Amino acid sequence: MRTLIVFLWKHQFFVLFIILEAVSLTLFVNSYSYHRSLTSSTVNDVTGTIYMAYDNVTGYFGLKKENKKLADENTQLRNMQQISIAEADTQFTTQDSQYYYRSARVISSSVNRQNNYLLLNKGSKQGMKAEMGVVSSGGVAGIVVGVSPNFSYAMSLLHHNMRVSARIKKNNHLVNILWDGRDYKKGRVVDIPSHIQLYAGDSIVTSGNSLVFPEGVLIGTVSEYLHSTNKDLSEAIINFSTDFNSLKNVYTIENLAKDEADTLMLKYSE
Amino acid sequence: MSNLYVRNIVRYLSLVLFQVLILNHMNLSGFINPYVYVLFILLLPVRINKSMLLLFAFLTGLTIDYLGNTLGLHAAATVFMAFLRPSVIKVFFNNVEFLSGDEPGIAKIKTGGFLKYSLVLVFVHHSVLFFLEIFDFHDFLNTLSRTVLSTLVTTAMIMIIVLVFTPVKRKK
Repeated sequence: MRTLIVFLWKHQFFVLFIILEAVSLTLFVNSYSYHRSLTSSTVNDVTGTIYMAYDNVTGYFGLKKENKKLADENTQLRNMQQISIAEADTQFTTQDSQYYYRSARVISSSVNRQNNYLLLNKGSKQGMKAEMGVVSSGGVAGIVVGVSPNFSYAMSLLHHNMRVSARIKKNNHLVNILWDGRDYKKGRVVDIPSHIQLYAGDSIVTSGNSLVFPEGVLIGTVSEYLHSTNKDLSEAIINFSTDFNSLKNVYTIENLAKDEADTLMLKYSE
Repeated sequence: MSNLYVRNIVRYLSLVLFQVLILNHMNLSGFINPYVYVLFILLLPVRINKSMLLLFAFLTGLTIDYLGNTLGLHAAATVFMAFLRPSVIKVFFNNVEFLSGDEPGIAKIKTGGFLKYSLVLVFVHHSVLFFLEIFDFHDFLNTLSRTVLSTLVTTAMIMIIVLVFTPVKRKK
């Protein structure tokens, strides 16, 4: 025993190195998967406050661009309103009350890592919860993974564990969207049945299957179709409709029926 | 001696804030990420206790991780870099005499020596960081080019900072 201790003390530099690397890697691996990151996210009011102060200073620089985006979105919403008034005459009841929107501001974000996140200025005090959807005026932006009293942390679409269930708008076929870590403007559409041909400009929207996003929110438009060689499934490249590099004002989406649907699924999947 | 502590604490705080508030938000074509905070580890005194060196590296990495929500990633890379630092100094600057408290800055090892020293260690740090971040080797060349380009940008920034902040009389 004594010789062991003497040995370890003599090589303390190397032993300490191994211990510290082991601790780091354990922390890293634990936070790597999507479900683990729901519990191990380091979001808290301390870091939130630092970024908030920073955003208060730098937020002024992009005001003109932000105003234009919001004005564009208002126009879009006004256009949609006419349609919904027309539909109100028919006897359909829409399910729009299933989703509750909150506006939020991105106070810190990145696009240059392999796993990117957004920090939002609303937290559990304002009703934020994990697994709420985040959309920008352009389209899907991310999913909330952690909340503190005043801030919440969202995994951006630009994340290796992100996989969004989507549909090809023109024919309703189900596909998945992911990000290959290269260009923050481009995503990948995978699992396209190979008999379906996509063309540049085709819209990809959310499927509504995931209980996080409502159906039909724009994710991006196809820029290039990659022909399959020998597989049954082919792939395509899309341009994200959200500009992640200038993301400022976003909406979070709470699915009010999520708990009910989750309980139901849990009950029958056991 | 207390001057040494103050200098290192100020350096630690300013580099961490610079990294987290400015560099982490900088987007050079979505491809290049400079991580200049490693300069803190590069400039710790040469004759510092080697175990303390590792602990400081671990804490620095963990601070960056904590503020950027990348738990463990920067800690692993920075500890690895600190582990190799004594050997690199030994190989490059065996003939230079360092007194207690002497930093391996350009006053001691000249501009060329410091460039060589930081280039090697920054490359080690960035290699661990980028390969761990992507967590697989299938895009090896892409990750390698990210590593090399970011290493060059980080080293260039480190050289600028060091040249600007070293008083003229100490440059020799």
